[in-house]
Order: sequence, then C-alpha cells, then structure tokens
Amino acid sequence: MSHQTPDRLHRQALEILASIEGRTLSKKERAQLPQQAMPAQDPLVRRATMSEVTYGYSEEQARVEAMRCLQCRNAPCIAGCPVRIDIPGFIQAIEERRYQESIGIIRESSLLPAICGRVCPQENQCQANCTVGKLLKDPFQSVSIGRLERYVADIDRRDSGGGVPSVKPETGKRVAVIGSGPASITVAADLRREGHAVTVLEAFHRPGGVMIYGIPEFRLPKAIVDDEIDTLKRMGVEIKTNFLVGRTRKLQDLIEKDGYDAVFIGTGAGLPKFLGIEGENLVGVFSANEYLTRSNMMKAYDRSRADTPIFQPRKVAVFGGGNVAMDAARTAVRLGAETVNVIYRRTRTEMPARAEEVDHAEEEGVIFHFLRSPKRILGDEQDRVIGIECLSYELGEPDESGRRRPVAIPGSESRIEVDTVLVSIGNDSNPLITRTTPQLQANKWGNIVTDENGKTSMERVYAGGDIVLGAATVILAMGEGRTAAAAIHAMLSR
Amino acid sequence: MNRILAWEQLSQQVFRIRIEAPLIAEERQPGQFVILQLDTSYGERIPLTIADADPHMGSITLIFQAVGRTTRILSSYRAGDRIENVLGPLGQPTHIQNFGSVVAVGGGIGVAPLYPIVQALKGAGNHLTVIIGARTRDLVILEKEMRALADELIVCTDDGSYGRKALVTAPLKELCTTLPGPDLAVAIGPPIMMKYCAETTRPYHVPTVVSLNTIMVDGTGMCGGCRVTVGNQTRFVCVDGPEFDGHQVDFDNMLKRLDAYREQEQSAQRNCRIEEVRR
Ligand SMILES: Cc1cc2nc3c(=O)[nH]c(=O)nc-3n(C[C@H](O)[C@H](O)[C@H](O)COP(=O)(O)OP(=O)(O)OC[C@H]3O[C@@H](n4cnc5c(N)ncnc54)[C@H](O)[C@@H]3O)c2cc1C
Ligand SMILES: Cc1cc2nc3c(=O)[nH]c(=O)nc-3n(C[C@H](O)[C@H](O)[C@H](O)COP(=O)(O)OP(=O)(O)OC[C@H]3O[C@@H](n4cnc5c(N)ncnc54)[C@H](O)[C@@H]3O)c2cc1C
Ligand code: SF4
Ligand code: SF4
Ligand code: FES
Repeated sequence: MSHQTPDRLHRQALEILASIEGRTLSKKERAQLPQQAMPAQDPLVRRATMSEVTYGYSEEQARVEAMRCLQCRNAPCIAGCPVRIDIPGFIQAIEERRYQESIGIIRESSLLPAICGRVCPQENQCQANCTVGKLLKDPFQSVSIGRLERYVADIDRRDSGGGVPSVKPETGKRVAVIGSGPASITVAADLRREGHAVTVLEAFHRPGGVMIYGIPEFRLPKAIVDDEIDTLKRMGVEIKTNFLVGRTRKLQDLIEKDGYDAVFIGTGAGLPKFLGIEGENLVGVFSANEYLTRSNMMKAYDRSRADTPIFQPRKVAVFGGGNVAMDAARTAVRLGAETVNVIYRRTRTEMPARAEEVDHAEEEGVIFHFLRSPKRILGDEQDRVIGIECLSYELGEPDESGRRRPVAIPGSESRIEVDTVLVSIGNDSNPLITRTTPQLQANKWGNIVTDENGKTSMERVYAGGDIVLGAATVILAMGEGRTAAAAIHAMLSR
Repeated sequence: MNRILAWEQLSQQVFRIRIEAPLIAEERQPGQFVILQLDTSYGERIPLTIADADPHMGSITLIFQAVGRTTRILSSYRAGDRIENVLGPLGQPTHIQNFGSVVAVGGGIGVAPLYPIVQALKGAGNHLTVIIGARTRDLVILEKEMRALADELIVCTDDGSYGRKALVTAPLKELCTTLPGPDLAVAIGPPIMMKYCAETTRPYHVPTVVSLNTIMVDGTGMCGGCRVTVGNQTRFVCVDGPEFDGHQVDFDNMLKRLDAYREQEQSAQRNCRIEEVRR
C-alpha cells in the first residue's frame, strides 16, 4: 500500500462526484466506483507521534463510498455484524446527506459507533459478506462499512457532543456494574436509561477498560472513550474508581450487605500468557499488556511529564500476530526503537490482527517474520536480553480452528539480535473474582459460565465481554452487554 | 480522594501516615498492601504495605521510606492533604496460625510490612522472636511497637551504633542452631537480605516466608510486571503473593529485574521538585 495525501484523496472524490452529478447510477456503475482509501498521516511523520494515524473520510469521500453500496435486498452484511446494524439503511442516508438520520439508525443497535467504526475487525465481520466484495472477487474491495460508520459517528460527536440520552423515572432499583470496558459501559447506559440507579466499580484510577489502557491513542483517541464515560456520568451513573471487586469488596457483599438488586461482571481478560520458554524473566522481557499500560494509561511516552518509566527499546522482538502484538510493535516504533521485528508462527493470511493495522505497521517500518516461533530468549551475565533464537515452521494439516497447523522444521534455528521482547500471545482470564466467589461457576479456562441471557450460576449476577468469551472484540463485548442489560431489566421489572 | 489524617517522621527517611480509606480498613488482613498514585494524569502507581488499620476510624496506616520520586513527594504531604488514588487491599493475606515458635526478621523499611504480621502471629498464640536490622541507629524503626509484641527482641545495626553490631543473619543462624529451632521464619526487607535469610535457614529446614517487593503497575494480575520465578514457575506477586516460600524464590533474577529502570528512576529524581508539586 502506498501512502496518498488526504488532499489528493479528497480531490479524486470531488472529481468522481462531478462526473456523476445528477445521474442515477446502475448497480454495475456503483460497483465500479473506486473504493475510497482512508486518509492517514504520512508514515514517516507518524512514526514519531502518538496522535491518531487516520483522519477519517472527507464528506465527498464518504458519499462516493456510500454510493458503492448496492442496497442489497437480503443485505448479507447485516448478518456479519454482531449487533445487526441496518447497514444499507445508514449508508443510504449518508449518500443522501441525511447524517442525523444515519447516526440514528446506527444507534438503534450500537452504543459506541465512533469506537467500533475504528476498531472492529470489519473484514471478518460485516465486510466479509458484502456483495460488492464478492462481485470484485476481493473481500478487501467490499464497501468500507466501518469507515462510513466512523464518518457519521464523528459528525455526530462534533455537532451534538453535548446530548444526553433521556432517562426514565427512577425505579428505585440499584445495579452494580463491575469494570468499565465496552461491555460494562453498555450495561450501565442501557439500565440507566430504564431508570435504574447504576454504579460502575472500576479497579483502575481511570475508567474505560482496554480501550484506555490497551488500545493506543494513535488508533483510538482517548478523548472518544472519555466522552462515552462522560455521557454515562451526565445520565446519572455513579463511577467509583480504585475499587477492586473481590478485594475492596466481595461480590456477594455487594448483594448481601450493600443491597444491590443486580450485579454485572465485565472484568475483561487480564492475566497475560507467557510462552514458558527459557529466558522469559530476563530484564527487557515484558508482556504487551505491561508495555501498553505504561505507555497509554500511565502516559510514559510523555517522558518530560510522566513519573512512570518505560524501558527504552533499541531492537525489539514482538511475539504474536494479533491486534495486541501490532499495538505493542507500533508503540515501540513511536518510543524510538530502531528496528521492530514481529515473530509469528503462521503466515500473514492467518494473522488475527485487523488487516489495516498490519498494513499500517508495515508502512511504519515494522519487519514481519512469518512461520517462525521463538525457542528461547538469550541474556548476558547481567540477565539483560541480547537476542532471541527462533525455529522456522511450515504449514501442515488444518487443525480444529480450520487454520493449517504450523510444524517446526528441525535444525532450523536462527538468531535475531534484540534488547527488548514484548510477549503478546494472549491472555488467561483474571482469577480474582472467581477465586473470591466460590459459588460462581467458571469453565476450565477460568471464564465465567453464563446462559444465553448473560446470567451466571448466581442469582442476580450477570456477566459479559472478555471474561465470558475469552479475549474477543469491542463489538462482541458491547453486544453481550446489550443482551445482559435487557435480561437484568426484565428481572428487575418482575 | 483519601485525606491524610496524621503524619509522623520515624527516622530521617522513613515516614508514617494515617489515611482515610474506610472500605480498605474494613476488608484488609495482615500481609496485604495498597497501590497509590499521587496524580491521576501523570503519577506513578506504587505499592505500599498496610502497616495497620482501624476499621472503626475508617483509616489505614502506611509506613514508607523516601527512596525515589513518588515516595519523596509523598513525604512532603502533611495531615489534611489528599492522595488522589488508593487501591486495595491487594495480595493474599498472610497465612496465620499457631505454628509454635516463630522468628520474624525485618530489615530496614521491611520492619513496617513485618509489623502487622507479627501482630497477627502474636494474636494466634505464637512464641515470637523479632530481629530488627538497620544500617545505623537512626534507621531503626518501630522498636517500641515490636518490643510490646515480641517475647524476645534483637536489634542489630551494620555499624554497631545501636544494639548488636551484626547482620540479621547472625542471630537468625544462632536461633536455628539452638534446639529446638524455630518452627517458622518470616523475613521481610531488601531482596538481598531476604535471599541470605533464606540461605541461612535452608540447611536447618526451617520453613521461611518472604514478602517480595517487585515493581508493579496495576496490582490486579493484568500486566505481568510483578512476575518472579518461584520453584521454576512464573508467579505474579500482586495476585499470587506477595508472600512466597523463600527457599523456592529465584532472588538473583528478581534483583536484576528490580534494577531494570534504575537509570530512568535516577533521572526522574533529578527532575523532582518537591516544592512545586506540593499543593
Ligand atoms: C492492545 C489491545 C488491542 C485490541 N484491539 C482491538 C481491536 O482493534 N478491535 C477490537 O474489537 N478489539 C480489540 N481488542 C479487544 C477488546 O479491547 C476487548 O475485547 C474488549 O475491550 C473487552 O471488553 P470488556 O468490556 O470485556 O472489558 P475490558 O475492556 O477488558 O475492561 C475490563 C475492565 O474491568 C476492570 N476490572 C477487572 N477486574 C476488576 C475487578 N475485580 N473489579 C473492578 N474492576 C475490574 C479492568 O480494570 C478493566 O478496566 C484489543 C485488546 C487489547 C488488549
Ligand atoms: C507488595 C509491596 C509492598 C511494599 N511495601 C512497602 C512499604 O510498606 N514501605 C516502603 O517504603 N516500601 C514498600 N515497598 C516498596 C515501594 O513500593 C517502593 O519503594 C516504591 O515503589 C518506590 O517508588 P518511588 O517512586 O519513590 O521510587 P522510584 O523512583 O520508583 O525508585 C527509587 C529506587 O528504588 C528502587 N525500587 C523501585 N521500586 C522498588 C521496589 N518495589 N522495591 C525495591 N526497590 C524499588 C528503584 O530501582 C530505584 O533505585 C513495597 C513494595 C511491594 C511490591
Ligand atoms: S459495528 Fe462493527 S461489525 Fe457492525 S457494522 Fe459497524 S463496523 Fe461492521
Ligand atoms: S452487502 Fe455490501 S453492497 Fe450489499 S447492502 Fe451490504 S454493504 Fe451494501
Ligand atoms: S502488578 Fe501487574 S500483574 Fe502484578
């Protein structure tokens, strides 16, 4: 992908609009309109700044992209969206410049469009099924549903940033919501709207969950998340930070002593996995969670102001191929690393990270080593990292997940010289609440077990998001929050 | 926001503060700690042991040594000032029972986290020998409080300016060789001291509990920054600890990991202008 200036992209869109002015387009013509690229900062410039990489479409680009949608009667894209947004509906409203209506359609199903438009893995969800992508035989040529969603959400943020959803008369019922990630934000908003008193209990000093401490500013500006939290506060939701359920208060005490009528657990994934290889506790080896938390939440990248230190990387290896790995790699680039190597067991096609992030990482100079896996981490006599040793792999038969299983090639060891290793191979579930609440049923991975309404094995206790799904996505967490909120409201109304 | 109710200087670098934290005071058990942060936007999160708690007053006591940026700024706070964020109680409580005879060793500031454990062990009916070690006389803390609890109290200083001129491992070894030896040793202090205490008790098979003071960020098991190698396994101090079997801990690795940020911490101290940050 070669970088094009925002100005150029905008001019191209203007020309297209001029050439079709006043005409009704046939389906074929629509499908032949060029897909609108996302305007972004110059890769060389953005290597040194935390500010958001992408600027979002101009109005003309958004309209051209909206015109690419064929308004399919069966709308296969909708089935790919976990919260079933009326996608052709909101896109048609963009084409016709009815932006208020467009955001209204999205908000019927989604609470966090400015966030999901930015971070959804669209190519595996709504855009995977899009007819345009099918016609052009390239799923990456699908209508850019996520970018359009972001476009109207950003307009809405700009124009009606002060709006507060209406809240029904107080019901006298009290709900405790544990954690403040997307699942919890959704539950809090939906239940408050119904008139229940809601208290959010968050362990960190700042609410927002992974969207604050994990996903970096350059991909999701913190101001957007802060605004969502602010909306909750203005609706009358109480937010208590520095409150670790299981320690500051036991879960059952929230119900038995503090008199909450229902509890929602949205505590996320937590507990980073390590590989269990030699050298993993050397100085210079970090979990991506730690590295990202230091940089994002503790603002360690701002060296002149932040008290929290961060390891100064020179040559970095990142283990893993998901969004977390991409975020860690690109954060290291921005903190001044000379070289950043991503080590991934399979090939680019199997990488779970969003395609756009992989492209962006590559543009920023991140080096990818596919079909390789770390065997051990090498240290000097001071226990400082000096390199890694990797084994090469080839792809064998497909495994349960349908992906071809990587098989090690004997004797294929090779070394890469690095001083920093960021481990990002996934998370186990945080054991704190389940350990301190024996009656709460969890599966063998420590994920809380719920029924299809999000209800746990305990009366009045619901759960959703990563603590139930294992590491998943923002939109899935939000969807689970919606379901649980509806079930809690039904229970409280009985 | 947690108001400071009382402030006291225990030695040149050691301070005791009592702060308002009703929920923590109600739940906390010996061995647990808090993480505090002085400034929500740019501050660092640091762990400190809960040295004492008063559930009726809704307050907890912290004892800390001013070693770096955050603890120095905190040492400039006085009664009435507020600490923006306090999270706790964190970590597993100490396992308390009647073991019989227990020797409790505290080195330097480690005497502070040792105090609530000694209190609880005494309450469970143990016979207690307490060893306090410090570099010099001025750095001996909580002697009066410990004397009130201990069946026997031994104070050592490195330079001999007070008590015995010895390292804490000397009396510890004597106790191990005197029959019947102690049933349990608890050692809290600088990692190097805990390492040598564990080496001292190892030949005598005296179970030895240490409380590890690794670097922490969240304190909830999310970041893995506090991990240590215990019996060849990776464990997280904030959720699995802070107390571990001292004979199983890889202290050498822990010592090196504690130094990971030394250069940056030192430059942060140079930037530290206490007057400016005080409100
Ligand atoms: C670096 C990174 C990048 C990612 N990128 C993407 C992406 O591009 N697209 C995407 O869709 N998804 C992405 N994800 C995944 C996505 O962020 C998560 O699936 C989602 O945030 C899960 O939401 P949640 O509501 O379950 O909880 P979380 O967002 O995990 O929040 C849980 C909150 O609960 C708090 N908490 C935990 N335990 C307790 C307790 N005992 N008491 C009180 N509070 C507690 C935590 O401090 C935290 O604030 C990414 C994740 C990471 C880590
Ligand atoms: C569970 C736990 C309980 C603790 N209880 C107490 C207590 O009751 N009283 C007390 O005074 N201290 C205690 N500590 C240590 C305390 O957290 C550190 O002294 C503090 O983080 C230093 O912060 P700072 O910003 O002032 O210094 P920094 O500028 O961060 O560091 C100054 C110097 O101290 C070293 N250092 C940093 N963190 C630690 C650490 N965790 N242990 C040892 N050296 C460190 C640095 O390498 C540097 O040389 C505890 C630590 C843990 C993990
Ligand atoms: S929420 Fe996500 S999956 Fe649904 S339409 Fe928007 S971008 Fe697609
Ligand atoms: S599948 Fe694609 S073209 Fe069809 S309605 Fe959905 S977005 Fe439009
Ligand atoms: S401090 Fe982050 S996991 Fe222990």
